[in-house]
Amino acid sequence: MADYKLITCTVNGKTSSKMVDVRSSLTDMLRDDYRLTSIKKGCEVGECGACNVLIDGESFNSCIYLAIWAEGKNIITLEGLEGPNGEISDIQQAFIDEAAIQCGFCTPGFVLSAKHILDKGKLYTTDEIRKELSGHLCRCTGYENIVRAVEKTMKQRLGISE
Amino acid sequence: MYDIKAIYEAKTIKDASRLLLEHKDAQIIAGGSDVLVQVREGKRAGKELVSIYGLDELRGVKILPNGDIKIGSLTSFSRIIGSDIIKEHLPVLAYAVEQVGSPQIRNIGTIGGNTCNGVTSADSASTLFAYDAMIEISGMDYERIIPISEFYISAGKVDLKEGEIQTAIIIKKESYEGYFGRYIKYAMREALDIATTGCSVNVKLSPDKKYFEDVRIAYGVAGPVPMRAVNAENFIKGKEVNEENIDSFANEVLNDVRPRDSWRASKAFRSHIGVVMAARCLSRATELAGGDVDGRL
Repeated sequence: MADYKLITCTVNGKTSSKMVDVRSSLTDMLRDDYRLTSIKKGCEVGECGACNVLIDGESFNSCIYLAIWAEGKNIITLEGLEGPNGEISDIQQAFIDEAAIQCGFCTPGFVLSAKHILDKGKLYTTDEIRKELSGHLCRCTGYENIVRAVEKTMKQRLGISE
Repeated sequence: MYDIKAIYEAKTIKDASRLLLEHKDAQIIAGGSDVLVQVREGKRAGKELVSIYGLDELRGVKILPNGDIKIGSLTSFSRIIGSDIIKEHLPVLAYAVEQVGSPQIRNIGTIGGNTCNGVTSADSASTLFAYDAMIEISGMDYERIIPISEFYISAGKVDLKEGEIQTAIIIKKESYEGYFGRYIKYAMREALDIATTGCSVNVKLSPDKKYFEDVRIAYGVAGPVPMRAVNAENFIKGKEVNEENIDSFANEVLNDVRPRDSWRASKAFRSHIGVVMAARCLSRATELAGGDVDGRL
């Protein structure tokens, strides 16, 4: 027997309310009710990071986050990185340039974690970047190019030449 | 969609107790990184849940007027790592919970959930044992505080009676003041892995740094629940700070731990690393305390 609850939250800068099945995960809500399909259903047990979203600025696996907990929260998904004229972000461009993508399933999650790291405006070591990205699994790239793409964006933003 | 029979959201601590008394079979859910996975696996499928995730009053780290440190049970691992109070007074706890899962898991996982699920491998548990942590529990119209060693009953079972929730973890001033510690997690991966064995040691040296005034050592995955190695502790207390005593202390641990064979590691291997970890943790903690353990690092 389905039980619904009205959930009001801000998704990618826009505040709205949806009637949500209380049994939904945040992944379900964002994919089915908001049609934000950058969020992938991977392992669904909080290990692979394909469902990663930013909630109030921190990374969460939306697959193990109840939709009802989103009440009042500020959520950003990959779609939220789109520029006013449909431009991709500098992080996504670096992923393309560094061939940090093969099948692409893990990419939205990685890009959001990278956004969280890089928006702090700090200089990280390669080990620190690896640690910050450790909640994501990629079965294609072997991670090297992903780390390289994040480092490249970091250096660009900080004005450090390679 | 999760297979959940019903979910009740507690508005206050009392409300949580009331809901748990009304729904006797309901499972408490805090961050959900264990409970929701168990629902998904089928282990807790079709059950009622009482969510306490919204109880912001159970979040945060503070120092009480008497110097005790109180960690709200819903404080996430990330918040513990970032807490200035923890960094200053309990750096080993910050380090230990930084070994949990991944950044995402540390953002959702709570220290209360880590202890209430009663598993021996919990990264916070051995350090909390080593600090003689106290567990604050709230019932419908009462509160009680018990030592963490009494909180754990058996694998997966903790001392929470009907209508009770864990509200805080308290580290007494006398348990941390003057102590220096070290935690080692032995696992196969550097992230997203469960400890094969975890060891946490803290030490207080004599004022001249020549003797072990007090040493506390606790393990995860050395028995069905986290445990202290009491024989080893009794052996080292009052002994001189030197390499030989550290080695003897480490070997003494074998009289305490009860590891078993599992698919993660054999009993023999766990016993072996248990000894090595004890020596390394004590050496490092002693060094941090200002003791001279030449050649041991």
